[in-house]
Order: sequence, then C-alpha cells, then structure tokens
Amino acid sequence: MAFQPIKYYQTGTFTVGNRLLPPETRSVQADLRRTNSLNSGHRACQGCGEALGARYAIDAAMRATSNQLVAANATGCLEVFSTPYPETSWQIPWIHSLFGNAAAVATGIAAALKAKGREEVRVIAQGGDGGTTDIGFGCLSGMFERNDDVLYICYDNEAYMNTGVQRSSATPPAARTATTMAVGKEPGNLFGQGKNLPLIAMAHGIPYVATATVAELHDLEAKVKRAMEFRGARYLHILVPCPLGWGHASDATIRIARLAKETGLFPVFEAENGEVTQVSRIRRRVPVEDYLKPQRRFAHLFTPAVRQDLIARIQDGADRNIAKYGLMEASA
Amino acid sequence: MRKPFAITLDPGSSLANHTGSWRTERPLYVDRLPPCNSACPAGENIQAWLAHAEAGDYEAAWRKLMEDNPLPAVMGRVCYHPCETSCNRAQLDEAVGINSVERFLGDEAIKRGWRLESPKKSSGRKILIVGAGPSGLSAAYHLARAGHRVEIHDAGPFAGGMMRFGIPKYRLPREILDAEIDRILGLGVELKLNAKVDNILETMQRGRFDAAFLAVGAHIGKRAHIPAGTSARILDAISVLRSMEGETKPMLGRKVVVYGGGNTAFDVARTAKRLGAEEAIVVYRRTRDRMPAHDSELEEALQEGVLVKWLSTIKQAGESALTVEKMVLDDKGFPQPTGELETLAADSLVLALGQDVDLGLLQGVPGLEIKDGVVKVGPNMMTGHRGLFAGGDMVPSERTVTVAVGHGKKAARHIDAWLRGTIFSKAGNHEAASFETLNPWYYSDAPKTVRPTLDIVRRQSTFDEVIGGLDESNALFEARRCLSCGNCFECDNCYGVCPDNAVIKLGPGKRFEFNYDYCKGCGLCVAECPCGAIKMVPEEI
Repeated sequence: MAFQPIKYYQTGTFTVGNRLLPPETRSVQADLRRTNSLNSGHRACQGCGEALGARYAIDAAMRATSNQLVAANATGCLEVFSTPYPETSWQIPWIHSLFGNAAAVATGIAAALKAKGREEVRVIAQGGDGGTTDIGFGCLSGMFERNDDVLYICYDNEAYMNTGVQRSSATPPAARTATTMAVGKEPGNLFGQGKNLPLIAMAHGIPYVATATVAELHDLEAKVKRAMEFRGARYLHILVPCPLGWGHASDATIRIARLAKETGLFPVFEAENGEVTQVSRIRRRVPVEDYLKPQRRFAHLFTPAVRQDLIARIQDGADRNIAKYGLMEASA
Repeated sequence: MRKPFAITLDPGSSLANHTGSWRTERPLYVDRLPPCNSACPAGENIQAWLAHAEAGDYEAAWRKLMEDNPLPAVMGRVCYHPCETSCNRAQLDEAVGINSVERFLGDEAIKRGWRLESPKKSSGRKILIVGAGPSGLSAAYHLARAGHRVEIHDAGPFAGGMMRFGIPKYRLPREILDAEIDRILGLGVELKLNAKVDNILETMQRGRFDAAFLAVGAHIGKRAHIPAGTSARILDAISVLRSMEGETKPMLGRKVVVYGGGNTAFDVARTAKRLGAEEAIVVYRRTRDRMPAHDSELEEALQEGVLVKWLSTIKQAGESALTVEKMVLDDKGFPQPTGELETLAADSLVLALGQDVDLGLLQGVPGLEIKDGVVKVGPNMMTGHRGLFAGGDMVPSERTVTVAVGHGKKAARHIDAWLRGTIFSKAGNHEAASFETLNPWYYSDAPKTVRPTLDIVRRQSTFDEVIGGLDESNALFEARRCLSCGNCFECDNCYGVCPDNAVIKLGPGKRFEFNYDYCKGCGLCVAECPCGAIKMVPEEI
C-alpha cells in the first residue's frame, strides 16, 4: 500500500480504517484489495445489515484462510437476495441446499475435503436466525456434538424477514411481527428467554463461540480470524439489524446495532471450550428506550400510551446481561 | 451446449443488476467550512495547518499558517482564539487547543530559523503603510510577498504598535515580537521609525506611492470628566502601558484604582501589581457578564490578586481617596446611579475608558467619511478616497490584534488587485460544518492539554511570561484532537459500511468515489461519516 501521512489517530479502532495502526491490525474492509465476497448488484434492501455482516465476515474469513474457503448457505434472505437463479453475488465457492440442512451440508463438505486430503480448504455454514435457531437447529446441534470442522455463522435479524417478517425463536420480547401483532394486553412477541443460541453452543463445549454486531467491525473481524485458528465446530452469532422488519431508517442500521450493544440487550463476548473468555464492554451506557424508540416494531410501547411496564421488563433483561457478563466493569 | 439436469441458463454475476436504479436520494461527497476557519478574524485555514501538524510536519504547518498570518508566535500568545470558542470538539469534551498549537509552531519557526521564500518578481509598484502595528505589518507582509515595494512609516521609536506599547511583556515577550517583525522586514520591507505622517496626501506625493494603507491604531486614551482636586493623580491607561517600554517606569503608588472594564483596564491592574502595588482595584460600572474584557484576562487578573468593584462609577478624585457611587442596571441593562456613595483609598487613578484615533494625518483629504472617530471603509478596505485604504483600530470593528492582522491581509489582497486594475473576489464559502453533521461516536476521548502557568508569586512580582508553551509531544497530541469537521480525512468508514460495495476507494490522498450503478441510496455512509463530509441530495427524476 502506498505511503500515506498519518492523520487523526483519535479515531482509534472505531472507524473502518486508521493508518496509525500497524498494518497487521488494520481491518480487512479498509483494504483496497478486499475480496468483496458478496458483490454489488445483490437484491438486499437499502441499508441491509445482513448483507453488510456477511461481507464483513466472509471477507475476513477469506483473508484468514488465504482464500481457501467454501460456504454452505441455509435458505433465507441472504440466499434469496444474493442468488436469484442464475445470477449470484458470491465470489466464493458457495452452495445452497435446503432451509434446515446448512450445518449438515457443511459437515459433508468438510468430511469430503478431509477424505481428499485437502484440509487447507476451510468450510463455513451460514444462515439467518430462522434457519439456525428454528429449522436448522437439529442439524446444527449435531454438528456441534460431533465437533465437525465447520464455522457456523448466524446472521441474526430476529425474525423471518424474507417471507414477510414472521416471528422466530430469536425474536425479542414485545417485538411486533406478522405473527405476533401489537394487539391485546401484551402486544407483540411474548416475554420469554427465546433460544439463546450462543449459550446453547457453549453448552456443547465446542472450541469457540462468539457474538458480534455490524457496529464493531474490528471486533467482528478479529473474531472471524480467531475462529479460523481452531479446528472443530465453531459458532459465530452476528446481530444484523433489518430496516424493513425492524422498521427503522435505512441509514440507522449501524446505529441500531451499536445501541443494542450499548444498552446491554445484546452482549458481545467470546467463549472458548464453553467458558466466556472476553466481553466487549459498554462504552456509553444508554437506557433501552434509546434502542426501542427508533424501531417501528416497538412503536406500540410508546403510542398511544407509554407502556412503562413492558419497557421496564426489557430494561430488566438488559440489566441482567450487564450483571451476568460484566459489561460495565472496567477493562483489565 | 450440454447442461446438467434441470439447468437451462448459464450462471451469471449479480453485477448485471444495476441496483442504483432503486435510488431516490444520492450521497455526495462535500467539503464543509469548519467552525474554526469560519471564526478566525485573520482568515486562517486552521484545519489545513492542523492537518500538517497532525502528521508531524511542523514546517509545512507553519508555512500553511503563514499564508494567512505572518505573526503565529504573537497570535499564539495574544489572540483571544474565537476558533476555540466555536470549535465543535467543545461539545464533545473540550475545544482543540488551536492557540497553543499555533504558538508551538510560531516558536518552532523562531527556534529553527525557518525562512520565507523570497518574494515574487517585483511589480514596480510602491505602497505606503502608515503604522507598524499588527495591521500595518500584516499588510506589508502580504504586499511584499506579492512583489510590491513597501515602506512603513511609524511615529514610534519601535515597530509593533499596540503589540509593543499596549500589551504587557508578561503576555508577549519582546524577543518573540522582534523575531516575527524582523522576519517581515527580511522580505525587503522598508521601515521608517520616528516618522510621523502629518499629511497623508503630501507624503504620498513626495514619495511617489501608488497606494497607501493607513493603520495608525488608536493611541489616545479617552478622558472622562471626573471632578478632581489639584493634587489627585490621574493617568490614562495607554500612557501607563507605553511608559513601561521606556526607561522610567510609571509611578502608580501602593493603592491603584483602574477605571474601565476592557482588557486594557486589566492589563494596567496586572502591571500595577507587578510594579509593587499592594492593591489594584478595577472599578467598572456594569456587571461581569456585560464587561468587554475577555474572561481569560479577568480570570488571570483575579488569580493575581486584582480586585474588581462591579456596578460602580467614580464621582470624584482626591489626593489619596476616591468617591465611588454604586449603580444599578435598569431594564435595558444600562447602569443608573443610586446616590449611595463610598470612599476608596487610592494613590492614583488610571482611566482605561477606551481609545481614540489620531486622525490628524487625514486633514484635507477629500471623499473621506469619518464617523464616531473612525474612518469608514468599503468591503475592499478602501476609504472614500481612491487609493487610500485603511484598517485596524482606526476603522469600525472589534479592536484586537487578530482582527487587525485580518484587515491587513484583506487590504493587501484588494490593494494588489486594485493596482492591477482588477477586483479581488474571494471564492464562495462552503456550507457550515455544524456539530449536528458529525458522528462523534468515532472519536476517542481525549481531553485538552493544559498549558503550564507561571506560579502566582512570580506573576505578582515579575514580568515573566504567564502562560507557557507546549512541547512537541503534547502539541502533536493536541493537533490530533482535531475532528476535521466537514472535510474527509480518509477513515474508510464509507468504504467499509456500504452494504452494496458502492464506494470506490481511490487510494491514499485521493479520497473516494460513489459507484452510482449500485448505490441504493440507503444513506449509511452519511450517517456513519465521522466528520460530516457526505450529504444526501434528492435524485432528479
């Protein structure tokens, strides 16, 4: 890369690029020669968090594996918007089979590569929260339990967006979806714990589990890189806001993801062999209202009357996360 | 061609799908005017020279600064830095210490002996400048660099004007002032001292000058009618400060009262303290929030033990005491007498009630418009008389060194254009880079570096400089606190956050371009640009 005089180091690793960082710690996304694994022309909505998260993750995985990568994709937005037959936006070997079997397909690819002695080629399975926490759950759990050499990436946008925003087991409490309408005494999705897949993955004792958001690129890329240093089953859960399903402005995708983390609603952490090894601390703590208000799926919490009771329950959830993961503790 | 079962089409790339057609608004890269540049009375491109300093290239920073202002080391000491007052970073933590970086650059230039490149080829034109104060020196500098012959006539024994005879040493050490003046004179500017101009037109004709820039300043202390006994000691502030430059220091006594509320009043009170006065009291007829003196000046004076009597006027002056009347502010904020009197012990009374301009040299010049004791000038700094330009304290404006330097530059540009028979027109300003256009999340927390301050004891007894400078490491830190409001600094955020790869990175120093074939107009790049260098505009349909 050509020499560029150093400027403005005060953006640290918050921005995508920063020429004051040593080259090996600069982000893949800042590179002129990044792979653009998910190329232009895809049909994702304006401001799609999933398209962004997928490019971030797969570009980083390509860098980490010297471009020796195969991906199996579950059905879902990511598959539909990227690959309407016969076009595709993927610039990597990529396969789609069914909604629920991405983990199983990836397991098969990994086994085949092993049989052929081509273990330098690494395998990724990826899907949305529906294909991961609901439909593909059995195959995924099996993949974890057998410790197959696959990195599974879930792009969590908290509902079935592709088919018209139906609830999934990753939909948060009180959120309005097409199947959890904002009517009755307890409008929106029910209050429950859902399926916390990162914790379920950790319970399998697999080598590596991590969560990330599209708001923290450097963190996300570091986790993909770290995941590629392990052999065996690994799981990465990325929060990807959906402007259409969540009802926020298309330019707010990253801000919403940032708020999810800064409220404590979405804890960002890393775990190895079932134990949490690192958490990403909250930088500027904000109340959950700041996160809920810009999203129309939570509009019924504020109009016609402010549902203080429901907001307080959501805040409780955030506070529990903060206490559980130590999100406010001063970093060591 | 044989295809596998159920396959009828060749695989293709999504690049065939030009998603740019979805767009109703398009992002545009813009350059916005940062508030510091906008606020600088001397018209400095602060952000640009800070950018050089951030890269550690101090000489380039100094040269960029010198394009607009020939006195950075002076500025870094006496400017009231409106740039910092308007700095967007103040809304984040604290304003960038622009003034201290400026001083660092000015001092570096003196220390390292950086020279200016010689002026352009001579224009053959000759310009008279009356007054070697900040405005005259600034005009001389810019005109000399443009290739004109410049002659400065000053009535005083030294160059510097109010910078020497009005600003005390503890704020501006004289060797700093001399070094920067010498650099200007080094451009070939001719300086005639003790050369008071009595009749401007005559002097111009005798010296065959093509144009003149008048910057005589305001040196006559205003008097107020105060009934006084014959033995009362009443002085004016400007004479007191001027005599500090001479052999005999002014005799102020042990109890000094200064009447007025401007910076000069505090300069005199602080000087009196240093000369050994036990008590220096500033009497001002209004309240602190209405006082014209700058807050920093008041704060430093209070630290040094100067006392202030607010809402008071002086009724009468006697040999060792004054009669002071208490005032109240009326609805309009004007002070009204209350009739309540008190006595204040005072060996001397110094009047700091503002200054008038000596306009004697303009007598008999046709076309001039003089109002409220100052000369009116047009937007090009020309008076009503052709070829006669004026600036600094003698024209209507705020009276600070920085404003004066700005006038000098502006006048020089217009004089240069006028001599060539053209009109100088400034390129239109960009729209303002307000705090709302920034995304402050991306800036790390970095509080301002505080300049060292001299011990109080030494401030009360010596004329050593009160405010110290920064060293290289903290000047660099301070420069790097700049947010680069409104101007791309290539952080790669737009390039990274676009879900559609529709931002093209052109490489170091070349910034970015949009690929409108694929940009869907989501606006993420605008929202996540730290410095507000992108905006959305509606597509033409």
